[in-house]
Amino acid sequence: MRPILLLALLAAGCADVWNDPYPASDRGRNILYSAFTERPKHLDPVQSYTEDEARFTQQVYEPPLQYHYLKRPYELAPLTALEVPKAVAVQGGKYTVYTIRIRRGIRYQPHPAFVPENHALAPERIARLDTPYALPLGTRELTADDYIYQIKRLASPRLHSPILGLMSEYLVGLGEFAERLRKFDTRRQDWLDLRKHLLEGVEKVDDYTYRVRLKGRYPQFVYWLAMPFFAPVPWEAERFFHQAGMAEKNFTLDWWPVGTGAYMLTENNPNARMVLERNPNFRGEAYPAEGEPGDAAAGLLADAGKTMPFIDRVVYSREKESIPYWNKFLQGYYDSSAIPSDTFDQAVRVAVGGEVGLTPEMEIKDIKLRTSPDITILYLGVNWLDDVVGGDAARARKLRQAIAIAVDWEEFISIFLNGRGKVAHDPLAPGIFGQRIDEEGINPQTHVWRDGRAVRRPIEDAQRLLAEAGYPNGRDAKTGAPLVLYLDTVGRGPGDKPRFDWWRRQFAKIAVQLEIRDTDWNRFQEKIRKGSQQLYILGWNADYPDPENFMFLLHGPQSRVKSQGENTSNWINAEFDALFERMKNIPNSPERQKIIDRMVALYRRDAPWVGGFHPVSYGLTHAWMMNGKPNNMARNNLKYLRVDVDRRAELRREWNQPVVWPALLILAVLAASSIPAFASYRRRERMAAR
Amino acid sequence: MIAYIIRRTLYAIPILVGINLITFALFFLVNTPDDMARMQLGVKRVTPEAIEKWKAERGYDKPLLWNAQAAGARKLGDTIFFDKSVKLFAFDFGRAEDNRDIANEIRTRMGPSLALAVPVFLVGIAVNITFALGMAFFRATYLDLWGVILCVAMMSISSLFYIIGGQYLISKLWHLVPISGYEGGVEAMKFLVLPVLIGVIGGIGAGSRWYRTLFLEEMGKDYVRTARAKGLAESTVMFRHVLQNALIPILTGVVVVIPLLFMGSLITESFFGIPGLGSYTLDAIQAQDFAVVRAMVFIGSVLYIVGLLLTDISYTLVDPRVRLN
Repeated sequence: MRPILLLALLAAGCADVWNDPYPASDRGRNILYSAFTERPKHLDPVQSYTEDEARFTQQVYEPPLQYHYLKRPYELAPLTALEVPKAVAVQGGKYTVYTIRIRRGIRYQPHPAFVPENHALAPERIARLDTPYALPLGTRELTADDYIYQIKRLASPRLHSPILGLMSEYLVGLGEFAERLRKFDTRRQDWLDLRKHLLEGVEKVDDYTYRVRLKGRYPQFVYWLAMPFFAPVPWEAERFFHQAGMAEKNFTLDWWPVGTGAYMLTENNPNARMVLERNPNFRGEAYPAEGEPGDAAAGLLADAGKTMPFIDRVVYSREKESIPYWNKFLQGYYDSSAIPSDTFDQAVRVAVGGEVGLTPEMEIKDIKLRTSPDITILYLGVNWLDDVVGGDAARARKLRQAIAIAVDWEEFISIFLNGRGKVAHDPLAPGIFGQRIDEEGINPQTHVWRDGRAVRRPIEDAQRLLAEAGYPNGRDAKTGAPLVLYLDTVGRGPGDKPRFDWWRRQFAKIAVQLEIRDTDWNRFQEKIRKGSQQLYILGWNADYPDPENFMFLLHGPQSRVKSQGENTSNWINAEFDALFERMKNIPNSPERQKIIDRMVALYRRDAPWVGGFHPVSYGLTHAWMMNGKPNNMARNNLKYLRVDVDRRAELRREWNQPVVWPALLILAVLAASSIPAFASYRRRERMAAR
Repeated sequence: MIAYIIRRTLYAIPILVGINLITFALFFLVNTPDDMARMQLGVKRVTPEAIEKWKAERGYDKPLLWNAQAAGARKLGDTIFFDKSVKLFAFDFGRAEDNRDIANEIRTRMGPSLALAVPVFLVGIAVNITFALGMAFFRATYLDLWGVILCVAMMSISSLFYIIGGQYLISKLWHLVPISGYEGGVEAMKFLVLPVLIGVIGGIGAGSRWYRTLFLEEMGKDYVRTARAKGLAESTVMFRHVLQNALIPILTGVVVVIPLLFMGSLITESFFGIPGLGSYTLDAIQAQDFAVVRAMVFIGSVLYIVGLLLTDISYTLVDPRVRLN
């Protein structure tokens, strides 16, 4: 016992901590620590389309454009391009041409793909590799050909680009190019060299300039130029990873990105850890000198003009469960964290007036809270094809309007989201052009403006509308049968019960019975696809900050049932659809605002979505992490962040001193309790037989 | 014995075919190839063409079990079941739906799983047998009574409680070890202390009670009475005779588990961030990755059959009366 005690006391006396999950060699280094929950599925910029993946791809790949880190509303800025390209109409508007000029002197990260000898490796050598970076590394300059190569990759029959369908509608010759490649690509064992195939709509002007030709007008195209779909991919990378034996080692472009960005992915173990390291060939980029009002006071301009990136290494650890993730953040082993629902009260307090602040426990640790409205909408949709709630008849419309009043989204946000949301009065997310705010922005069908805020209409209004719809007191006026409605939703387990009860109560307020059809995601999708749902809950996370990217969710020709589009409500309104066609093709202007106002009015009257909300993200960061500002459009944020490494080390030590005495006490109690047993054993052994 | 082993190995083939068929039927009862494609392709901007292409590339565009369009043996052979099952018997697991090589993943993840499971298994057996022997030694005393009550109480508690409670006390409050994470090599020790401790404590209730029952049964036999009548000390009776003779039933439960240690622990690995095969299987189920689920069920079945065979062989080693023929 004595040696154990001495050992423990000795260890306890050491200044170092015992629970540091990182190697000792990392201490004092300029590293940012974060975590990921879902393992990424694709890191190939032609396929990657989720936020889980973008946090890696957008640090490595550089499309021509990016979003300004600090300015709001979101604003496009050049990244590798010299400027944001302008649309030029040609042939009387039949085509639109974008000419993209990229900077000279941008070099790729060190990578074995740029060493020609590495393109003919023996399979045995590949089999012995633990990482592609064990091979000799090379680099080369970024050229316009790499952007063109990637655009061609959108159509590759060996890849699945989610935007191929959409881009084929606009990019001249892309659909035909995909079809040609499909017919040509009969030998999958051979590398498909896309340089040999011509894509009509993309033209190389010189080594640093390329031109994209679109059919008609598509002003939203510039936003796509800020997404990894249009980032450069060097042909050498595809050639290198195509070698026999590479795929068996999981060495593919889908898992090992090759780019020009501030960071390069040097460790890729999606089961445990992903590591990004500073790209030594990165050209450097100046931290922005402008932001929105309040940024300077928040210290977000302190690094203005300094060369980025500031951090050498970023370690992402896999945390599948929220409890360890949260506790490691509190111990200082993660530099930032979201707030899990079950620990919300531990982190945040909401004052009577609705002001949000941190709890004393967080304030003692000097943790910072950052909130940001997501460019997202979650809505209660109505299937326009349904006989009861759908369609253009006044009876159905009044029923939908009654439901829109009855479902108290303010209460939903308060109970189930701890206030982290904003009621949606129209289909547009906050900060998107076209959305009116305050009194101008309320939905008059469901709210009134009183005492400087939106107040939900009384339930009597909903009951009156229901009676006018032919269901007085929730019963069919003709048959006397109670009105039963069906809500399709994706269940997440027994914890859904309070939520389902809440939904039933909302409908019970107008004496309507609600049956909840709880199902899994696949069945839910199938119902939506077939149009067999009645009411349903769904959401949309914007691709880009333009009203078109929300309004198209209600565009008739994009009905899910009729054309497998994104209009899951299958709402068709000829006037709305015509306005959409006009709105999507004009720049932000009073004229566009006027069109959007009319579209919103039609939406409110017809109510294809009976309300919804916009989530608000709450994030926490430690005081040692600087320059953090939520940006819902861009994920290439790592280069802007800075860490005070000394402060972090000091606080980690302070917060994580080992507490040894309880463990020693438990050992002592166990030892003490064995004494009577041992005595009894000795007594028995000495006892004479009876 | 060799003939017995060969015979048992041959018996295993129809069992594995049956298991594979059941796995296949259960999986496709709740998932269609379209569902799998949608799960992999995401939810935004997925076109019917993309789904068809995904299915065709992976062979999910064929009928499930019976191809009425095909001729002769191809009616059975040109199906998803046949395509996906035959290679399994050559231990060719193919690729996961996210295109990662399954065999490579299994090789990589086996180490962390074993690093956790082997200590839990060995220390667990030692602790459980010690506890059980203690309770049997002090049978019909208050020590035995409270020992049994403690065991029942520990059995009744969910393993999640041990995990969350252990993480809270030992990692969060006392800062003795990391809450979660994993490193290879010697660094793994600091991450494994807590899950191993929790695994052992969580298994004490059920294990000790079972072993106690075995020991008590042995202690009631004539040879024990004879040993005592010869004047042997109680400790000698317990350790030299009772323990040795209780090994046969202990082996029944223990040896069969040994091969399954490779499969890892679903919950523990997830909570402690250990990148083993347990969390791999869990991820695959959540991602509807049939290729991985099928491979893991197949490996699990093979290992279980191997475990049963090893159990039979071990009988002959501990009990000379048993002959395999």
